[in-house]
Amino acid sequence: MEDKIIYLDNNATTKVDEKVLEEMLPYLKEEYANPSSMYDFSRKSSRAIKEARGKIKDLLNAADEKEIIFTSCGSESANTAIRGFLNYDKSKKHIITTKIEHPCVLNVYKMLEKQGYKVDYIGVNSNGELNLEELKHAINENTALVSVMWANNETGVLNPIEEISQIIKSKNKDTKFFVDAVQVAGKIPIDVQSAGIDMLGISGHKFHAPKGIGALYLNSKTMMTPLIIGGHQERGKRAGTENTPYIAGIGKAAELAIDNLDYEMTEVKRLRDKLERGILQNIYNARINTGLANRVPNTTNIGFEYIEGELILLHLSDLGICASSGSACTSGSLEPSHVLRAMNVPFTSIHGSIRWSLSRFTTEEEIDYVIEKLPSIINEITSISPYQNELKTLKEMKMSQAN
Amino acid sequence: MWEYTEKVMDHYRHPRNVGSIENADAVGTAGSLVCGDQLKIYLKIDENNIVTDAKFQTFGCGSAVASSSILTEMIIGKTVDEVRKITNKDIADELGGLPPEKMHCSVMGYEALEDALKNYKTEGYVDLDEIKEENTSNNEENKIICTCFQVTKKTIIDAIKTNNLKTVEEVTNYTKAGGACGRCKADIQKVIDEYYNGTSAQETQKELTPTQWILKVNNIIETQISPELMKDGGDVELVDIKDKTVYVKLRGQCSGCKNSTMTLKLFVETTLKNALGDDISVVEVN
Repeated sequence: MEDKIIYLDNNATTKVDEKVLEEMLPYLKEEYANPSSMYDFSRKSSRAIKEARGKIKDLLNAADEKEIIFTSCGSESANTAIRGFLNYDKSKKHIITTKIEHPCVLNVYKMLEKQGYKVDYIGVNSNGELNLEELKHAINENTALVSVMWANNETGVLNPIEEISQIIKSKNKDTKFFVDAVQVAGKIPIDVQSAGIDMLGISGHKFHAPKGIGALYLNSKTMMTPLIIGGHQERGKRAGTENTPYIAGIGKAAELAIDNLDYEMTEVKRLRDKLERGILQNIYNARINTGLANRVPNTTNIGFEYIEGELILLHLSDLGICASSGSACTSGSLEPSHVLRAMNVPFTSIHGSIRWSLSRFTTEEEIDYVIEKLPSIINEITSISPYQNELKTLKEMKMSQAN
Repeated sequence: MWEYTEKVMDHYRHPRNVGSIENADAVGTAGSLVCGDQLKIYLKIDENNIVTDAKFQTFGCGSAVASSSILTEMIIGKTVDEVRKITNKDIADELGGLPPEKMHCSVMGYEALEDALKNYKTEGYVDLDEIKEENTSNNEENKIICTCFQVTKKTIIDAIKTNNLKTVEEVTNYTKAGGACGRCKADIQKVIDEYYNGTSAQETQKELTPTQWILKVNNIIETQISPELMKDGGDVELVDIKDKTVYVKLRGQCSGCKNSTMTLKLFVETTLKNALGDDISVVEVN
């Protein structure tokens, strides 16, 4: 079993689908023409890009494929949207975002604060759900932008995007709405029109395309100044010769995401729920960090009390099981995850929090294997914890609850 | 992914000496639940001051468990005096090295050991640093530099001294100080500068060799303090001198006298300060 990889870290990155690779290969081999060239040889490349753009448009249900810009990654999509829009329209200096955004978004706002912007960071409750009242009160006539992630990468908790959009438009019609949708593409249906989104970013490698390709939806009413200046590519919004093979790849991945959406929302969810139940039933010091919050179907974040996450991951890794942790020790940052801290996850379990994220390639056998092996790993680590008395009390409490 | 040595991996996979010791002769802890790692170490010490058994319990990452585990192996069979000489660097070296960001795990091992031995006294052993600490609880060294991780100036200086640290980043890797909000980074830089450049006070002291300095202090005790105390039937004996701190023992009449502390503070310290400068402090050794 040691040679086998059980990959339950799909919110970090995903396996490239074979069909995606096949779609890409011709453009890495014989079809290498620059899509902007004027001869017949470039026709296939330029068609591949047009086709991929159409598939991303379908995935997001955008009104027009002209609203899709290809980028190199999720971070570039977010940077292009946020900084591109604020550079174009400098009239308003107030921004609203959340405390639980991904660093690729959060650090952009930290930088903008230094440039004179006022940024409000909206908090979450202990389940990781956004405080919509706080958001509502924060919006004023000077608010240029509201920026909210659709689902959180660590907890999988979904934010009510459509409702947030309505709140924004009811308070200030000119305020733009950017959504970091990196963690929802391929997991739940996305409809930028009905959700009332102005800008939305996705990343290819989170839904079985390779790393190095992303996309940005920018609705036709939202103007921006490009970050990368140069040629006329992407309608002047993102210079640089088009990355044809990767664009073809993300297009195929989008098509497959649409095809597999039902499977993701039923089968993947069933396996996630099974894993969650299996862990909670067999391990007394496990707790779901998100309570009953509405989540993407593939993610669960479970805290193991009085033990530390990196050690759990190392023992799992010895069995070929890949997951990730919000523990300070895994990041090198010395502080536990900003998301779990914003949720006020108790210190007894914040350092022992493990994120499990499945994909359509996860099998039932893999989930069964984890459910079988995890209790003895947790038990071993728990036995060396200095908090034996606290653990004993916890165990007794859990047992009396079960009876 | 951290680059752990085979030895680190062996120790977190198969930790040695896990558990607690009932009726341990010394117990020490370091770290806290909030900070994400805690180590508790238990020692059994025999009448010859030899550590006969050691056990540990750790809440922490792979390198924290490995540091604790190897530490117990390093100290079993050693005398207390030998154990006192173990530094965090020794622990990290024994593991074949730790990633720079994980050096604080070895420091935690050192701190737990230090804490255990602080609570343990061999016959006749006098820990001068500890007495000094007790006597001057508000002293500069106990000042918290990093409030997020509760790291004192002493911990930072110890880490600088043992590991020859030169930058704030290195201090963060070894002690965690500055690793959270980062507001104390300027203060850490000051501690580093102070350590390498020395303060002006230390410089004046450096003009004398340690022996000359001791002789000078002793001379004042013998000629100016001792004769005065003898008039009241007591005496004072110089035990040790560390930089600007003078450790003395009272003999005869004075030792049982309620006012001995006052006598010391008011008379001995004033006399020494007048002769040697205001930064002199006097500590009584029982």
